[in-house]
Amino acid sequence: MSYKKTGRFDKRKADELRPIKMEVGVLPNCTGSARVKAGKTTAIAGVYGPKEVRPKHLQLNDKLLIRCYYDLISFSVTDRARPRPSRRSRELGLVIKNALEKSIFVEDYPKSMLEVFVEITEADAGSRCAAITAASLAVADAGIQMRDFVPAVAAGKIDDLICLDLTKEEEDVHDGGGATDIPVAYIPSIDEVTLLQLDGKISSKELIEAIKLGIKGCKKIHEMMGKTFKENYKIKAVKE
Amino acid sequence: MMEIKVKDKSIVTPGELIAANVKFSDADEEYRIKMNNGIYKKGSNVYASVVGIFKENGLKVIQLSGSYIPRQGDYIIGKVIDMSFSNWFVDIRGPYEAGLRISEASTKYLDTDKYDMSHYFDFGEYIFAKITDITDSKKISLSCKESGLGKLEGGIITRIDPSKFPRLLGTNDSMIDMIEKLSNTKIEAGHNGLVWIKGPAEGVKKAKEAVKLINKESHLTGLTEKVEKLLQGGKK
Repeated sequence: MSYKKTGRFDKRKADELRPIKMEVGVLPNCTGSARVKAGKTTAIAGVYGPKEVRPKHLQLNDKLLIRCYYDLISFSVTDRARPRPSRRSRELGLVIKNALEKSIFVEDYPKSMLEVFVEITEADAGSRCAAITAASLAVADAGIQMRDFVPAVAAGKIDDLICLDLTKEEEDVHDGGGATDIPVAYIPSIDEVTLLQLDGKISSKELIEAIKLGIKGCKKIHEMMGKTFKENYKIKAVKE
Repeated sequence: MMEIKVKDKSIVTPGELIAANVKFSDADEEYRIKMNNGIYKKGSNVYASVVGIFKENGLKVIQLSGSYIPRQGDYIIGKVIDMSFSNWFVDIRGPYEAGLRISEASTKYLDTDKYDMSHYFDFGEYIFAKITDITDSKKISLSCKESGLGKLEGGIITRIDPSKFPRLLGTNDSMIDMIEKLSNTKIEAGHNGLVWIKGPAEGVKKAKEAVKLINKESHLTGLTEKVEKLLQGGKK
């Protein structure tokens, strides 16, 4: 069976994203917050700070300390997730932090800390990408000085078809070459990839193609992120 | 020749190109022009670094949200959280704690032989002070040696987003003066987003509502009329 001929399960084109919905300022008690819904994956991010560093020994004297927490809510997946920090959530916390750090002017906030909490309320593959996108929107909503947004999307391969933004159904394909998942986070204005992971098998030629496709997807998401803020303030002004 | 890429008073987001072909005396690769301005430079281009409203006059972005970042010369309302032999430590709702030396606490001489430190400013009390200095290691010094500064006795404390503080003041303090006059209260507002209101219960309630309204609709036009209506509405 060739997916190049049959196409994808949800009739999307190879370079088509899932429908994405973004909102900012969803959590009133945070300094900044955002919700990103990509297909069936939903991530909610809340940002606190910049604030005093606790515990004190983690304090960095020349730059901002960013701490990220990623969490899958128990009911977000088909098999109930254990509601406690796991190895996976620790890894993803670090991955989100590394993806965001490059975009923030960390030198402007010495001796202080920024806490980013991301909750996944619904998971249907690509949750780390939705988490990074949401976290970046929340950081911007918190008024932190930053170079640019950090959009993220997964590129991948289903059997022989290189495509963008895989769903869980597509990730679970086992026939032929199986499925490969490559999450990419890309900052357009400094032209840098800040997240690149690979899960599966892929040839080097195909990998380059997939990364290029991922970057293309990121640019599309980046456009939407800017629009989200513009519309957010426009809607508020119209409500008057 | 400098080209402005966005419209005046439009909303810009981080990474958005604001101006191209800008000439600066400093030729650093990525040189921050001024942190207050919400922009950064890369090559000969200028980009926005925060979400805000672009002002062509002065080439800057006025931030729409965010927490308080202390700056020298700010007037703040802080809460006394600790004290030592000759210092008070004040929580100013920012990333750093501030210190108030006893010599800076009043224009009068404060005698610590006669009274304890807590006689002047006790734990949990709010003070209105000025930030006189911030060192490179982010040590903040406060001073109360100006008229109107010092302990805030009685009254209530309410909050406003620090980015909306200029709107609460209004041009030449017009907004805050109007609220004070119409609600018959005394108000002190700090750059850090704390607002102290004192007066008769009725007036305090109305003033608090006015502050809340400003917080909610700060980026809209016609705010002054709305606040005025709110304050006068209760009188009839």
